[in-house]
Amino acid sequence: MGNAFTTRDLRKVYGEGPAAVHALRGVDLEIPEGEIVVLLGPSGSGKSTLLNILGGLDRATDGQVFFRDSELSAMSDAELTRYRRDHVGFVFQFYNLMPSLTAQENVELVTEIARNPLSPEEALALVGLEARADHFPAQLSGGEQQRVAIARAVAKQPDVLFCDEPTGALDSVTGRAVLHVLRDVNRKLGATVMIVTHAAAQAAIAHRVIRFADGAVQSVTVNETPASPEEIEW
Amino acid sequence: MSPLTRKLLRDLWRIKGQAIAIGAVIAVGVLMLVMMTGLVASLEETRRAYYERYRLADVFAPVTRAPGHRAEDLGRLPGVAAVETRITGAALIDLGRDRLPIQARAVSLPDLRAPRLNAIHLTDGRMLQGGRNDEVVVLNSFARAVGLHPGDRLTATMNGFRRELRIVGLAQAPEFLYTTPPGELVPDDARFAVLWLNQSALEAVFDMEGAFNEALLSLTRDARRAEVIAAADRLLDRHGGLGAYPLHDLGSNRFISEEINGLKTSTAIVPPVFLAVAAFLLHIVISRMVQAEREQIGLLKAFGYTDWEVGGHYFRMILTIATGGALAGCVLGIVAGRAMVDLYLYFYKFPFLVFRLDPSSFLTGFVVSILSASAGGALVLRRVFALTPAVAMRPPAPPDYSRSGRFRGLAARFLDQPTRMVLRRLTRQPLRMAGAVVGIASGIALSAAMASILDSFDEMMDLTFGVMDRSDMSVTFTQPIEARSVLDLAAIDGVIEVEPVRMVPAILRHGRDSYRGAIHGLRAEPRLYRAVDKAQRPLYLRGDGITLSRGLANELGVRAGQVLTLEVREGRRPRVDIPVIAVAETLLGSPAYMELDALNRALKEPLRVSGAYLRVDPARADRIHARLKDMPMVAGVSLKAQARASLARVMDQGAGGTRYVMALIAAVITFGVIYNAARVAQAERARDLASLRVLGFTRAEVAYVLLGELAVVTLLALPLGGLMGWGLSFVISRGYSTDIYQIPPLFSAESYGWAMLVVLLAALVSGALVKRDIDRADLVAALKTRE
Repeated sequence: MGNAFTTRDLRKVYGEGPAAVHALRGVDLEIPEGEIVVLLGPSGSGKSTLLNILGGLDRATDGQVFFRDSELSAMSDAELTRYRRDHVGFVFQFYNLMPSLTAQENVELVTEIARNPLSPEEALALVGLEARADHFPAQLSGGEQQRVAIARAVAKQPDVLFCDEPTGALDSVTGRAVLHVLRDVNRKLGATVMIVTHAAAQAAIAHRVIRFADGAVQSVTVNETPASPEEIEW
Repeated sequence: MSPLTRKLLRDLWRIKGQAIAIGAVIAVGVLMLVMMTGLVASLEETRRAYYERYRLADVFAPVTRAPGHRAEDLGRLPGVAAVETRITGAALIDLGRDRLPIQARAVSLPDLRAPRLNAIHLTDGRMLQGGRNDEVVVLNSFARAVGLHPGDRLTATMNGFRRELRIVGLAQAPEFLYTTPPGELVPDDARFAVLWLNQSALEAVFDMEGAFNEALLSLTRDARRAEVIAAADRLLDRHGGLGAYPLHDLGSNRFISEEINGLKTSTAIVPPVFLAVAAFLLHIVISRMVQAEREQIGLLKAFGYTDWEVGGHYFRMILTIATGGALAGCVLGIVAGRAMVDLYLYFYKFPFLVFRLDPSSFLTGFVVSILSASAGGALVLRRVFALTPAVAMRPPAPPDYSRSGRFRGLAARFLDQPTRMVLRRLTRQPLRMAGAVVGIASGIALSAAMASILDSFDEMMDLTFGVMDRSDMSVTFTQPIEARSVLDLAAIDGVIEVEPVRMVPAILRHGRDSYRGAIHGLRAEPRLYRAVDKAQRPLYLRGDGITLSRGLANELGVRAGQVLTLEVREGRRPRVDIPVIAVAETLLGSPAYMELDALNRALKEPLRVSGAYLRVDPARADRIHARLKDMPMVAGVSLKAQARASLARVMDQGAGGTRYVMALIAAVITFGVIYNAARVAQAERARDLASLRVLGFTRAEVAYVLLGELAVVTLLALPLGGLMGWGLSFVISRGYSTDIYQIPPLFSAESYGWAMLVVLLAALVSGALVKRDIDRADLVAALKTRE
């Protein structure tokens, strides 16, 4: 299998002059398709910046980034929107559900504009929430909201699923359930799953762990036998 | 500077657009308040001072010819403080140079002393010298309009005598604050004059040696005016008393009272509307801010700030906006008031008119804007108090939409998710949406109604000068003459058609209501000057009753079929009961019509006419003017075109001028409401919108979710605004209608179209401004922050 992402000397600088912050200082990475990849590192290490650039939310200051054979760093805003729409799923730390739409409608929000989506029912079944399809976000617990967010992200059958601290706001039981779902999505849909977290224990479920420090990759560890979410310590 | 003050300043800077929009609405409200109360105070105070200083009479008692010693009898009446008698009469000024004779009123001044009542204010030259019967003091506004100066000579015809007079001074007087040519209703400085002459001069001219034809009375503080008037009428009856009347019935005074009352009405209605709108906007903006800053509020409380300190922070923001708006409103109100004073000086001949700030209006302006703004903010402060630090530090629960509608069946099939978001948001806070809809609708209503009034003014002009009056000029005779004399007019080369008219001054009474005016005696089927019905068809004037204009019928509270009493104030002064046979549509003045022969029968003066309407060949107009000038029976000539032009001028510059201001103001409200609605919606949903962008929605699709709401609100406001405007046009047309003219409420599709177009434009501009911000939104930042 080819690489989902390739980056070459990727740099990101916020601000100018002496006040400039170097969030990424030349990152070279290759991320194969179909893996679960965990980006680990303390806050400010650049992992979220990398995720945002790979997800098409932000642009690098310098360097190149490729999704498969397409160069993301050369795309226009409209092309980036297209890329997110067709290939990418996002799961946010704070879920970011539309409060005015029910669980099912939040999923339909994405299936309506996707090219080859799952049915919303299937997507909700994948996260075990088919019974709560008709509830509004205000009527769901935090874990349930995050599972709806995952259902929404996977419903389009994305090639890549980005998760920024997906369990950051959850307790251990719901957090594990969410990781479970992410692993299922990876297995059943073959999507590349990229998880940003600062909880090192969660790295056990990944095929590949990329450690970040100070805007640069410190190490890349390949894990031949990923653990199941039940086995990790919280 | 305390950290909270710094935060306050930064927050204000951040929301400067909205703050300015709201401040502008408050400013306009306060501007109107300061300007209008200031104008009312200026006009009332100046009028009072002017009347007092020049000893304007409280009662005017015209009489045909009363011997001078009657003045002492009048002075003995209980309640009478002072009496002055004088001689007044019609005069015609010949300025030569082929100009039409100008109608004037000759008024006597005592030869050797200052008048006890109705003194004059000399502006140029000097007063008359006793015994100099060729000296004249001329009304200042007229002299300026036609270019006369002290030292110039003037030819005037009075009672058939032609006199050469020397102008020694120019003056103005409180009884001639608002002067109109006879038979017309709007001022035209160049076509009406007042000539003050020595009493001895006018005694000779009007054959009044040792007599007077007008008594002026001033009253004591405790006098009963109605009783004095009745007593004076009894005293003067045998000398041909024409009916004493109080100052408030004096034409000039009535016009200015109308103006002041109009201003007072507007002051009571307009500013509160603005302040209410501003309160609503402030409420929305501040509650949005409190919602967004709940963490900060919790943090401040956790640090130990009290509820009042934190609440006070937001309250200070409300106060700052309200105070800023009120301050700007006060300053602009003074500027606008000064400008308006100049305008008023053009119409009302005050010797001075200083824009008098009513200090209480500042206070009212500030207090009312702060109170209304606080009312808008008070509800929000309750929420600040209710937030506990712990609750505030937790991420907020998503807003609960569980009570909003589910879409099933067809709706589920056809409504895509973005549309559902729009619809659910609209229905979740129905009151707020209704507020926005009503706010925008008010703007539409105000501008549509004001624009319609423009058409109503045109309608009034057309009805008056196109449909009713189809003549080119009207001629007034010095006194009622035999009907066949109008043949002399018809014989003038270039006169195409002549139609006689008999104008008779009269008091019309119905129950307790009375009106001093004139009756038009016209042919049964007049062609040049007609009374028309609602459909603008000419009315046939039957001989068995009187036809009233609608304004007059309303004022007297009388309908067709009812009987009213006519007290004629001319000749034998008969008093007759007469049935009202029809009500005519008129928009200018409050005339009453009778068939000419029936009127003459009632007066017991058959075959008499007092004037004529003429249709003439315009190419020979100059020669016709010259001929008319030479006819001794002609007291005055007025050209329809001139009357129309002076009315048009009043419409554009005077009271009518304010309608442009109102239209502008409507635009400010509308834009303020729309812009704020859009801004708040955007702020509240920044995170949702960013999420949508991350999920792969394009900018246009995201804009739809946000602006769809604005579009629905605007579209709902359009029909509502139309309806409200229709209702408002009745109120406004009544407000603009005066004794002089009635403004009909009209529905003008074009005006409504324009108003709606302007609103749509405001919506588009606001939408574009907000969309620009959506496009610029930093996706990453919006997602990281916990709302």
